[in-house]
Amino acid sequence: MGKVKSVNDSPLVPLPTNAFVPERDLLKTPILETRHLGIDFGGLKAVEDFNLIIGRTEIAGLIGPNGAGKTTIFNLLTKVYQPTRGTILFDGYDTHEMDTVALNKAGVARTFQNIRLFNNLTVEDNVKLGLHNDIKYGMVPGILRLPSYWKEEKRSHEKAMELLSIFNMEGMASWQAGSLPYGAQRRLEIIRALATDPKLLLLDEPAAGMNPSETAELMENIVAIRDRFQIAVLLIEHDMNLVMSICEGIAVLNFGKLIAKGTPEQIQANPVVIEAYLGKKHGEEA
Amino acid sequence: MEFLSYLISGISLGSVYAIIALGYTMVYGIAKMLNFAHGDVIMVGGYLSYYAMFSFGLPWFVALPASMIVCACIGMLIERLAYKPLRQAPSLAVLITAIGVSYFLQNSALLIFGANPKTYSNPFQSVNPDGSINAGISLFGGQLTITYVSIVTIISCIIIMLALNFFTSKTKMGKAMRACSEDKGAAQLMGINVNRTISITFAIGSALAAVAGVLLCSSYTLIQPTTGSMPGIRAFTAAVFGGIGSIPGAFLGGLLIGIIESLAKAYISTQLSNSIVFAVLIIVLLVRPAGLLGKYVPEKV
Repeated sequence: MGKVKSVNDSPLVPLPTNAFVPERDLLKTPILETRHLGIDFGGLKAVEDFNLIIGRTEIAGLIGPNGAGKTTIFNLLTKVYQPTRGTILFDGYDTHEMDTVALNKAGVARTFQNIRLFNNLTVEDNVKLGLHNDIKYGMVPGILRLPSYWKEEKRSHEKAMELLSIFNMEGMASWQAGSLPYGAQRRLEIIRALATDPKLLLLDEPAAGMNPSETAELMENIVAIRDRFQIAVLLIEHDMNLVMSICEGIAVLNFGKLIAKGTPEQIQANPVVIEAYLGKKHGEEA
Repeated sequence: MEFLSYLISGISLGSVYAIIALGYTMVYGIAKMLNFAHGDVIMVGGYLSYYAMFSFGLPWFVALPASMIVCACIGMLIERLAYKPLRQAPSLAVLITAIGVSYFLQNSALLIFGANPKTYSNPFQSVNPDGSINAGISLFGGQLTITYVSIVTIISCIIIMLALNFFTSKTKMGKAMRACSEDKGAAQLMGINVNRTISITFAIGSALAAVAGVLLCSSYTLIQPTTGSMPGIRAFTAAVFGGIGSIPGAFLGGLLIGIIESLAKAYISTQLSNSIVFAVLIIVLLVRPAGLLGKYVPEKV
């Protein structure tokens, strides 16, 4: 691996030699880099010395036993929680001054472990809320229905429909989000996150509660989304089949500490991982 | 005919309550707080329009938008200075602050405008050539008079209702408001600026309070620093009655409270009218704890 040079506008961030990213992302600034990231809740060090690098078009997995701090890391990456220590570099820029909204505008989007759609709004309106910062008309043209209102609403409608078509959900556009079947709600959350035009998509247990055929379809869709939008995906998942088949890099978290990152083969063969995660001592977690 | 006249004055009164209740219900829906200073913003709007019309001689259709704009700014200022620092505080602290802001506005008005009631001459009437005042339309050979104020009030209420309904269901800012009222965290992760959304909600609510102030003062032809407090409390009742957080609920609650009050005054007792209004409220809440159009949300355990 060795020293690399930035090929885009972002400031140069040399990759540490031990960082694992896919071959094709090596010469580009990583989309995400955390350095010694940590957060305390009272006396508890929930996440400690967390160093992770994710390539620009990588599908990465974050796995670990329950309570290891995976969702906490998502909350740190989206600034729902403020880190106690350490730095998060997004696209090469320090995010120290950014809040949740600023990070979203910069290109971080996420879904939730327990689905958090706007249940009383329609499917289309949920997607349009993701497009919120992309729709350009003010309050007054909105109330008076000036031409800019119609133009922008038409454009956002078309865009929302195009996004919904990724999961073949155009037919459900006028449904209430809360009345969708469970699997469709999960897919809508991904579409809503995609609508914010992210560079990094964080998926918190996207396959939770799905049956094997739905999971298989979801796996294809995640890869298709990455190929189409050329974005990075970081996902938390307990379904080892999903993680091992689509993730190029896997990070393993245990008790708030990153114990390994590598290819699926490396992770499966790593004795520390086996001990901490798959090992008999800690019971059957997955 | 008598009944019709009481009914119309009830609908007109109810329309004012509905306009005020919309302010309560929108702020509650989005910021999850009871803004008890809302009633006093009505009074501020009344005074602003009073000075605009009778000191500067502006016509009502200029004075009204002007006081709406100033009240919207005052509403945003109140939110920024008094409520925003308490965003993470327990709701009781916010409630007490709101009561504090209410007293602050009332006493500032007392200091600035004086305690004496001022005559607010009704702008919605014309003077006949013979010097008599033409305040309304006579129907059925003079048996029934509908004042212009009532007509203006009812029409404004309907326009406001339709506009707000369109705004919250069809525009991006309105949808952002609904998103914030459902889940602030998720809204932020969609890149929606929650603080700005709350600010706009206060601005809209306070602008509506200014409209209510003008309409209220025009029908009572009097303004004093406590003008807003009683209508404010009745409108709050109306919002709870219709289901707080629901915009059609505020509209329905306002109308019903107005009609009940007017009919109770006419047929039962003027002194007991308040008791009757609140008794009806208690009965409705016993049967439907979330109000007429409110949704009962079971708490997750």
